[in-house]
Amino acid sequence: MNNLKKQDLKILCVCGVIFAIFQVLLYFEFIDPYWEANIILILINIILSVSLNLINGYTGQFSIGHAGFMAVGAYVGAIMTVKLELPFVVSLLAGTVSAGFLGFLIGIPTLRLNGDYLAIATLGLGEIIRICILNIEYVGGASGFMGIPRITNFPWAFWIAIFIIFFIKNFKNSSAGRACLAIRENEIAAETMGIDTTKYKILAFTIGAGFAGTAGCLFSHYYYIAHPASFTFMRSFDILTMVVLGGLGSMSGAITGAIVLTGISAVLADYPEWRMVIYSVTLIVLMLNRPQGIFGSKELSRKMFKFGKLGGKIHGGTAES
Amino acid sequence: MKAWKKAASAIGVAAVMTSLFTGCGAGGGSKKAADAKEIVVGAHFELTGNVANYGKSTMSGVQMAIDEANAKGGVLGKKIKMVTGDNKSEPSEAGNTATKLITKDKAVVLIGPATSGCVAASIPIATGNKVPLMAPVATAPNITLQKDGKVQPFVFRACFIDPFQGKIMATFASKTLKVKNIAVFFDSSSDYSKGLAEVFGKTVEGAGGKIVAKEAFLAKDVDFKAALTKLKASNPDALYVPAYYEEVSKIIKQAREVGMNCPILGSDGWDSPKLAEIAGKAALNNTYFCSAYSAQDKDPKIQNFIKAYKAKFNAEPDNFSIHGYDAALVVLEAIKRAGSTDGVKIAEEIAKMKDFPVATGKFTVDPQHNPVSGGIIIELKDGVQTFKEKINL
Repeated sequence: MNNLKKQDLKILCVCGVIFAIFQVLLYFEFIDPYWEANIILILINIILSVSLNLINGYTGQFSIGHAGFMAVGAYVGAIMTVKLELPFVVSLLAGTVSAGFLGFLIGIPTLRLNGDYLAIATLGLGEIIRICILNIEYVGGASGFMGIPRITNFPWAFWIAIFIIFFIKNFKNSSAGRACLAIRENEIAAETMGIDTTKYKILAFTIGAGFAGTAGCLFSHYYYIAHPASFTFMRSFDILTMVVLGGLGSMSGAITGAIVLTGISAVLADYPEWRMVIYSVTLIVLMLNRPQGIFGSKELSRKMFKFGKLGGKIHGGTAES
Repeated sequence: MKAWKKAASAIGVAAVMTSLFTGCGAGGGSKKAADAKEIVVGAHFELTGNVANYGKSTMSGVQMAIDEANAKGGVLGKKIKMVTGDNKSEPSEAGNTATKLITKDKAVVLIGPATSGCVAASIPIATGNKVPLMAPVATAPNITLQKDGKVQPFVFRACFIDPFQGKIMATFASKTLKVKNIAVFFDSSSDYSKGLAEVFGKTVEGAGGKIVAKEAFLAKDVDFKAALTKLKASNPDALYVPAYYEEVSKIIKQAREVGMNCPILGSDGWDSPKLAEIAGKAALNNTYFCSAYSAQDKDPKIQNFIKAYKAKFNAEPDNFSIHGYDAALVVLEAIKRAGSTDGVKIAEEIAKMKDFPVATGKFTVDPQHNPVSGGIIIELKDGVQTFKEKINL
């Protein structure tokens, strides 16, 4: 146990160093505002993919309604900041809690379903959330919620992402997390062993949905606008793609997936005609060569780099940058 | 040894936390490198995604205006360079693209995006960098206005706004078609549609007509028969469908199928060759929509534009391309008048623009940064767009 904590502290230090490097680069404008915007988008996508990985990868429940929870967080956060003029921390918490609560409510009936059925149910729910927002005049309806101040910046996004990564990592190592893994491996066997499968499935779903809300709140407070068109099922698929590409069930995979896919899209912004073509071809090639995802279900660890002390450093690097 | 390590990591964490709280203030001011040879104009459009159709058409118009200006030797003795940006038809992506065009490509002025949602997301970035934004076809009324009702100093548009279109159609319905009882079928997921339906209703009632029924649908719906049957029951003289061609084409087809043979009126979202493809030519008879431009308008300026556009792109120009063209003309003229590439000066010049000749007529900017112009009613005869009449308010 003590050993684990020390490892965490070390990784946290590496995060700090990475943060300091980026902060300096941003301060002296070595990173231009366009890349700054993309780094923040990457961090938001990391939160989304890591939280979806908790549901899809660790607990093995195939959910594709993540954009819906993100939308809830985005709008609730925006209401808190713009309409009620509360501080950003409150907005973040409210966005997280409301999305988590919705996840809880939705989880109770839908998590009785399995596999494809659950996928379809969550897909539908994500769309229901979006259509509801579309018809609520209070939050701007179809024209979107405008006039949100830009509060999210690199430090906010970075440390919230780190917090969530650690939260989910620790959750996975807790007894509840082990129960979730057992459910993924074999639900009947897990139940036989006395695990309350419904409880843990809902727990994982609630946490995942809540963090999607956090990401949504960061998202709307970065882009000045929360617009229903930003939360279509295409975004759910984008997040799912990140998780699957990185490796279902691997935290390092989810993070890498988010970095790679957001990065590709940003780099190709200069070639709008070819962007989606190259993006899709990259995906196909990656999936053909590594159907289990970049990391499979493994984590990036020192064991992967047996020779030398490089391992720890790279672990941090992939986890955070 | 262990204790030492612990202490070291604790100090590390403390250092990190301090940097977290001190580092938050680091902001990036944008630096503008004045390029001596070129003036960079950012063309920011929906090149992929849902409404790529609109973005691409508009951009062709912009491209044409810029190419023409370059052929004449450019502006202020410099060549104009158009840098394109794609926002995937998504507002948050529009924010990123605007940032890229302004800060990375050093655009002195932005033309686009096409849709109002994407424009709204780009405004804070354009305004923050003091770069004028000319929206060629965004029709939501509130994009040129700030929250408190003041005008956005850096945002302009080149097309008429939704309420104006609703008014034109209502005037046409009551004056030319002389219909009294009108049913409205609108898309409740689109602001554009809702806004038009509202203004249309008010104008019709102001002119002594009556809205006898009102039904809503959602974008991407495919079956409208239930709602149409309901609307038919109210026995309207005409049906008003302010929406985009994808749904409209199916609505018209199904309306004729359920036996609604009254005139169907619409908005500029109808303007697409796809309309006739999906709805079928026969169903489109006795339908009218409002537009800012018709290819059959005899105005020589419009005819010249069409000829040049066909020669260049080998395609028929539409409402979007001509507005893109106009928007670029206005922007280039403003740069010329300002005599510099300073965003503030360019914005001032656009705001002062009066009776500047563009393809659709004369361009005058009103205090809300909207252009003052008239509209055109187009009738579809056997699937072919025919110029019906020009309406000035």
